This record gives sequence, structure tokens and C-alpha cells, in this order.
Amino acid sequence: MFFTFLHLIILIKRDIIMIENFLMIYQALPYLLKGSLITIGLVGGALFLGFIVGVPMAVGQVYANKFIANSISFYVWFFRGLPVLVLLFLFYFGLFSLLGLNLPAFTAAILVLGLRSAAYQSQIFRGSIQSLGEGQMLAARSLGMSKFQAIWNIILPQALRISIPGWSNEYSIILKDSAVTYAIGVMEILTRGNFIATRTYKPMPVFLTCALIFLILTYGGVKVLDLLEKKLRIPGYVFGRREI
Amino acid sequence: MQRDKDIVLEVEDIHKKYREEKILKGVSFKVKKGETKVIIGPSGTGKSTLLRCINQLTIPDRGRVWLEGEEVTHTKKSINQFRQKIGMVFQDFNLFDHLTALGNVEIGLIKVKGMDKNKARQKAMEELRQVGLENQAYLYPAQLSGGQKQRVSIARALAMDPKVILFDEPTSALDPELIGEVLEAIKNLAIQGMTMVLVTHEMGFARSVANEIIFIENGKILESGSPYKLFNNPKYERTRRFLKKITELYGESSEKR
Amino acid sequence: MSEFYFIRNILLLPLLEGTLITIKLIALSIPLGLILGILLAVGRVYGNKLISSLCAAYVIFFRGTPLLVQLFILYYGLPSIGIFFSPLTAAIIGFILCSGAYHSEYIRGAIQSIKGGQMMAAEALGMSRVQAILYIILPQALRRAIPGCSNEIIYLVKYSSLAFMVTLIELTGAGKIIASRYFKYTEVFLVVGIIYLLMVSVITKFLNMLEKKLEIPGLE
Ligand SMILES: Nc1ncnc2c1ncn2[C@@H]1O[C@H](COP(=O)(O)OP(=O)(O)O)[C@@H](O)[C@H]1O
Ligand SMILES: [Mg+2]
Repeated sequence: MFFTFLHLIILIKRDIIMIENFLMIYQALPYLLKGSLITIGLVGGALFLGFIVGVPMAVGQVYANKFIANSISFYVWFFRGLPVLVLLFLFYFGLFSLLGLNLPAFTAAILVLGLRSAAYQSQIFRGSIQSLGEGQMLAARSLGMSKFQAIWNIILPQALRISIPGWSNEYSIILKDSAVTYAIGVMEILTRGNFIATRTYKPMPVFLTCALIFLILTYGGVKVLDLLEKKLRIPGYVFGRREI
Repeated sequence: MQRDKDIVLEVEDIHKKYREEKILKGVSFKVKKGETKVIIGPSGTGKSTLLRCINQLTIPDRGRVWLEGEEVTHTKKSINQFRQKIGMVFQDFNLFDHLTALGNVEIGLIKVKGMDKNKARQKAMEELRQVGLENQAYLYPAQLSGGQKQRVSIARALAMDPKVILFDEPTSALDPELIGEVLEAIKNLAIQGMTMVLVTHEMGFARSVANEIIFIENGKILESGSPYKLFNNPKYERTRRFLKKITELYGESSEKR
Repeated sequence: MSEFYFIRNILLLPLLEGTLITIKLIALSIPLGLILGILLAVGRVYGNKLISSLCAAYVIFFRGTPLLVQLFILYYGLPSIGIFFSPLTAAIIGFILCSGAYHSEYIRGAIQSIKGGQMMAAEALGMSRVQAILYIILPQALRRAIPGCSNEIIYLVKYSSLAFMVTLIELTGAGKIIASRYFKYTEVFLVVGIIYLLMVSVITKFLNMLEKKLEIPGLE
């Protein structure tokens, strides 16, 4: 009799905790979701910056003279060799203020993640360009195209298509790295989660919710990029290799 | 130097070495308007290198090239101006894989010649018809057979209205049953009076189309002359043996047609 | 304060201490992460439906969420249900769990790339499933997975810096403390960066050598 009573109390208490947790998450959700908009902005900005810097870098590494190619290699080596966290500290607290730039954390984070992504993206594009083979360039030049025209009209349209799977991988990496900007106070998902966790003393449900949001963003984004690849795929052609 | 007005392409004393190995050791020849020159020779002897030296895709170490009396080598003009007028057809096609057959043919017109898109499309369609591929215009390279690909690449070269077309073993990468259609297309060009330089091993074809056959060995022209002369009365035993060997190897497939 | 004193006593010595902790972190998590990766991959390919989908779900979770969130759950979340870890333990566990998921994908790919005939031939010799996996499949698959896993190990070296976010004073943490005390962020983090670059270069060299050494003559 006593035993069942105790049981009942425990059960009820558990239910109350559960309900409490759900209520808390429900209330915190808008705040967290606003953070995911910031995360998306951060990732979008960094990917874009990485793209517009990374493509010329890839072209330079393949087609430019030794000096330029070596400088680019050094850039890539540096940005790929350092942890994101160290890069964030180095640029946000160090170099940017040394240069007299007083950037908000969000902008600084886009710059650092973007410049770092440029190093990674350039290697994706470089691999794609090199996988095309010399024939494409020769044929374009034999028609009278300049080197620039050949790269712009013939090499890049193909190389960029081949790069989409690698690029989709880069998206998922940057998305996850964006959580590290918590360290410089960008108001993204994890930073907001941390605020709520310390205020409510309920870290577990809050961080699990953060994890869930990241899961959805990761696999949702990858799915979108998959669809993009299917749409842009050249008929009969797979990853630069022939199907037929 | 006195120049014949009829001469479209003149190649003089081309030398090329890769690292320390001399590949071309002074090759000269002239091609008259409407002429078909066939170049033959053992593999690795520098035939492809020679063709690429003509449109400067490979820069020769020495020697000069003229197109219609204008010097292509050592010119102040952009080399791209000359390349427009020198068509090239590659052994492995080198079609632009992200463009349809039509896109392949029109891109040079649009991007290099700056032609209006509609006009370019019309002209490209015309060239595809010329090689019998108007129905495949909207297919991508990966959806075409080897023979069709090579015909597209011929149409791509033709579209630029070249003064001369260089063919580098246009049928070597093809399955035997597809060779005929490509040779047919080239033969039609010869009949219409296109000036051409062709590297090929198809001796039956060479016999029926070539005005002159040039035999290159060890980076030099060993012997040249009309097909009749080379087949029936060559100067060197080497030439006879080589012709006999490749005729056996490749047959005279196109003669049947 | 002389420049030399600053560099030696205030900068380099604490950074060296931090480096040692970083090395401890990665030295423990690399091998254990690899072992977890192998188990997950084998479970995924050869396990029954339940095991296989459990392994798949594990990999989806750990590859789909940031390592930092995982560390927060381990260090800040678990105490609320009565499980306490020191910062070092939490970090090491986090690194093992996460890198195991990434390793498992490379190893799974490698296992699946091995021709079916290998398993058949092994079983025809009378080997059990486990024996065949252990002596025939894995020795081949692991070799093929080396480039991918090497990459993952290099990533782990760099991501070990996240341990600082759960209050462990490793290399990056040591750097942060000095940098903010003396307000020399650029200098300190350049030195910290160079130390990471050195570690990455040495480990890359080593892994490349390992790959060469394990190469099977004449294969591919
Ligand atoms: N870009 C290059 N770099 C170095 N060697 C080359 C290059 N192109 C051709 N060669 C060499 O030059 C020689 C002639 O090649 P090629 O002109 O292709 O001969 P062919 O077309 O007569 O078979 C070959 O030995 C080849 O290896
Ligand atoms: Mg050749």
C-alpha cells in the first residue's frame, strides 16, 4: 500500500517535470528559432564569401604563375591548419582591431568563417577543374577563345557542377562550425540556448533542443543541395564521368 | 619572299623539343586552297605536336607559320584571331560536356565572334545539318555515340568558317562501325573544297581523298607525294613498309563505300 | 619586464603546459574514436536490422550536430540527471563519440567497396562471420579508409580546442588567458596557431608514412 503510494508520487512528479520541461521549451522556442535565423545568415554569408574568394583562388592555383599559385597554397595551408576557435580569437580580438576595424561579432564571424571556407572551397573547385582534363581547355583555345573566356565559358560551368557534392559537405561543416561563434558572443542558436539553460537551470532539454534544430538544418540543407545537383546535372553525365 | 596567292597555310622549319628530347626537327610544307594533305607516321613521332604548333596551342621552339600570307608566329595580333580561322578536330573529340550539341557549335560564334544569339543558332543548326545531326541538336555529349560526337566537333570547327581545318586522328577513338560516318563527313568537306590537314591511319580514305600524303618519321618529313606515287612507287623502302603495315592493320574500310 | 622574460615565462611556459594537455586529449581520443568507428561500421554493415539502424541513428545524430553542442550536453546537461564529468573527461568522451561517428562512415564505405567474393572465399575456407570480418575484410577495409580517417584525425587535432569551451585549459585556453591578461591577442594567437600547424604537420607526415608502409604491393 505504502509502496504504491510512493510510486504514484514519483510518477506524478515525473509527469510534472516532463510537462514543465515541455512548457519551458515551448516558451523558449521563438527565442531559439530567432537564433537559427542568425545561424542561417552566418552560414549563408560565410558560404557566399568563401565562394567568391575560393573560385578565383582555385583558378589561380591551376592557371596562374608560380608566385601566385604558391601564395594561394600558403593561404590555404594557414587557414586549414588552424582551429576555428583560434582563428576567431586571432581575428576578432587581435587582427581586426589591429587594423582599426571595430566589427560587430556577427560580421567578424562571417569574415572569419568565410575566409576559412574560401581555403576549403578553393580545394574543392581546384579538384574539379583538374578532373576535367586538358582537352576542354585545348578545344576552347582552338576556337579562338582567350584563356579568360575559356575559363569562364567552358571550365567553370563544368567544374562548379562537379563541385556541388563537395560543396554540400562544406555547407554542413560550416553550419556546425557556426556554433563555435558562441565563443565571441554571436547570438546564434547555441549562445541563446546557453542563456536559457543558465536562467532556467534546465540545460538538458535546452541543449537537446539546440541539437535538434541543428539536425534539421544539417539534413534539410543537404537535401536542398541534392535537389539542386539533380536539377543542374548534365543528362547522361555523373560526377564528370560518363554514364553511357 | 614570293608567295603564291593560292597558298592557305605555310609551315616552315618547325622545331620542338620536350625537355631534352627533340620531337620535331624542322618540318616544312605548304597547303593550297582546297587541298587535302594527309600526314602519316609512326605513333609518337610528333604528328599531334606538329598540328598543335600550327595554331600555337603548343609554341614551337623555332620555325614560322603563315595563314593566307599573314604570319601566325611572332605576330603582334592576338593569336585568338588566327585560331578562329584554323579549325581543329581532336582525336578524343573534346566536346564541351556541359553544352548540348547545338551549344557546342554555337558557343564559338557567340563568345568569340560576338555573333547575335539567334543568328548563331541558325548557323549552328545549318552546320549540324551539314554533318547529318540536326535531329540530335539538343542532346548532350554524354548522350551521343562516338561517331556523332566527332561529327559535332567537326560542325563546331566548321561553324567558325575556318580557312583550314586540322584533324588529329579523327577516327582513332571510334569503334570500327562508327568510323565510316565520320570519314563520310570529312569526304564531303573535301568535295566542297575545304582546305584540310589530316593526321590519319585510314589509308583507303587517304588514297581517295588526299592530294598529297606526307610521311613523317623521327621528327622529319621522310617523303611526300601523291597517294599514287607513295603507294606504288615510294622513294624509300621505309615508306613502303610503313604503308603496308598500316594498310594491313587498319584495312581500307572506306574504299568499300 | 624584459621582452625575453615575457616570451619565456609568461608566454611559452603556459602554452607548453596547454600543449601537453591538448596532446593528452588527442592521444586518448584518436585510438578510442577509431575503435568506436570500427564497431559502428561493422554494426552498420553486418549487424541485424536493429543494430544496423541503431548505428545509423547514432551516426546521423553525431554527424548532424555541432561537436560543441555535444560537449555542452555532456558537461552542462548530464549533471542535471546526476552524471558528473570533469572537463577533461567530458572533452575526451565527446571527442571519442563524435570522431567515432565520422570514422565509421569512411570505414563503412571501405567495407562496402570490398568485393563480395572476399567474404565468400573466407567462408568457403570455413571461417566464421566474425573471423572473416576480423582477418579478411577489416585488414583490407581499414587500409582503404586511411585517407578519410587521416583527415578526420587532423580535424580532431584542431577541434580539440573546443575543450576550452567546457573550461579545460588546454592550448587555446592557455592562449586566451595570457592574451586577455596582457592584451596581446594577435601575437599570442599567432604563436598558438603555429603550434597547431606544427602538430597538424607532424601528424599528417606520420599518417602519410603509415599509409605508405601499409600499402599492399601492386594493388591499385
Ligand atoms: N606536353 C608534352 N610534354 C612532354 N612531352 C610531350 C608532350 N606532348 C607530347 N610529348 C611527347 O612528344 C612525343 C610526340 O608526341 P605526339 O605529337 O603526340 O606524337 P604522335 O601524335 O605522332 O603520336 C611523344 O613522345 C610524347 O610523349
Ligand atoms: Mg597523336
